[in-house]
Amino acid sequence: MTLLFFRIALHLSCAAPLIWLYWAIPAGAFGGDPVKELIHFLGIGAIRLLILTLAVSPFAKTFKVGQILKLRRALGLWCFTWASLHFATWLSLDLAFDWALIGSELVKRTYIVLGFSAWLILLVLAVTSLPKLVRMLGRRWKKIHGWIYIASLIVCIHFWWSVKSGWIEPLIYLLITVALLSYRKRKLFVAFN
Amino acid sequence: MTKHVSRRDSSTQLEVTPESVFLQRRKILQSLGLGVGAAAISPLSSPLAQAGVFDSIFGKDQPSLLAKQKKLAYAKDASDHGLALTPENKIISHNNFYEFGTDKTDPMKNSQALKVEPWTLSVEGEVAKPKTVDVWELINSAPLVERIYRMRCVEAWSMVIPWIGIELGQFLKQFEPTSKAKYVAFETLYDPEQMPGQKHRFMGGGIKYPYVEGLRMDEAMNPLTLLSLGLYGKTLAPQNGAPIRLVVPWKYGFKGIKSIVKIRLVEKMPPTTWNLLAPNEYGFYANVNPAVDHPRWSQASERFIGAGGVFDVTRQDTLPFNGYAEQVAGLYKGMNLRKWF
Repeated sequence: MTLLFFRIALHLSCAAPLIWLYWAIPAGAFGGDPVKELIHFLGIGAIRLLILTLAVSPFAKTFKVGQILKLRRALGLWCFTWASLHFATWLSLDLAFDWALIGSELVKRTYIVLGFSAWLILLVLAVTSLPKLVRMLGRRWKKIHGWIYIASLIVCIHFWWSVKSGWIEPLIYLLITVALLSYRKRKLFVAFN
Repeated sequence: MTKHVSRRDSSTQLEVTPESVFLQRRKILQSLGLGVGAAAISPLSSPLAQAGVFDSIFGKDQPSLLAKQKKLAYAKDASDHGLALTPENKIISHNNFYEFGTDKTDPMKNSQALKVEPWTLSVEGEVAKPKTVDVWELINSAPLVERIYRMRCVEAWSMVIPWIGIELGQFLKQFEPTSKAKYVAFETLYDPEQMPGQKHRFMGGGIKYPYVEGLRMDEAMNPLTLLSLGLYGKTLAPQNGAPIRLVVPWKYGFKGIKSIVKIRLVEKMPPTTWNLLAPNEYGFYANVNPAVDHPRWSQASERFIGAGGVFDVTRQDTLPFNGYAEQVAGLYKGMNLRKWF
């Protein structure tokens, strides 16, 4: 019962800001030109969701609430949704589907290469989280989903390299991520050896 | 709807969001309590706070910001540039002015209390007649002209802005620059009490204050270079650099230093803020150049911020010297613009 409550709360709080945009943007919440702010809003949101996803199991262990592990899949999928919207906004509203430009930016700009790689990882993780595939993959599933640790580091650097100045905010995200990763360092060692 | 235009849009429409639409939007914002509950994920402040911002500009209860700006008398720009203007509401709500925060909407939100009157500007250095100028006297007495210029930000977006001001070259002559005056150095107000970005490193984006900029003497004397005192017929809003700022239309926007308190004529190339922060990304010259990319993004094209809505995206080719090559390319004859970016 309480789990259902948390599940609903999770979906609502992940969807609400996206629905809010529908009114907020025309009303000027992102200023006269919303594109840059919107891309940033969606990107930061995706990073926060990724961090929350990583925080689930340490939280469950520390506070002995194993139940919440069941929410991790939904959180991860919401993270992928936000990341995809972030990517799609860049493609459509910033670069206006100029495919020649998009192609060259995707391979030439280091921070974009990083962001794109992280999105590809998230894509694989999202697809392989279909219940049918989870069962099919069996043991390999765990190994594949270990890639979230790599993706989380990549997005922090992507954020760091994308800002014009001011490394404090990206540093905070990186430190939190490193802390969450160090919590499972033994597991990481096993996973990538 | 997205479109890519390879040449400039030649329509001359002038669309400004009517105040009635803004008031309506304000109501919508106020009626939304929605975003608050999602604050855990939302990196924005609550929509109510945002509504407050628009209140202070367009509301009835609070003193209007537009009332604080004064109407100006000026000679209209009669040149046939054929440029569609960016609406005023976008020009005043999409700003880079890190002294008030690094988000595009921060300057509008945080700069309204800036005390712009009285304001003095000291002109010193290699001049025969150094002097401290009363800027409001200048605004009231100088023959002001309107100049409709393209504005290209180094972040690859652009606007078209109807500036009002005086030519920098004309202005500088009265101080009688000496033969040693090779460069002009500019400085923004340093007042951490009024400019929170200067007080809090985190908020100010980690750049060094006061903000400084510079031009070569011949660039400063070029008739295109403007000391702007207003736009859209009124004195400048604080977020646009009130009460006096620089406009150099063939250079990236960050050269257009805001809220200037000091102009110093000097012999050696002066330091400039963004160049100090990241010399491999921002040069002293910073001429708009589609052939030389920023290390992290292409400068070949730009997103034009016009009258359209969110989905009305115009990506257009960036022009050499932002379309002012005819007037300024000669200044850089024989220079390797890849090296002197």
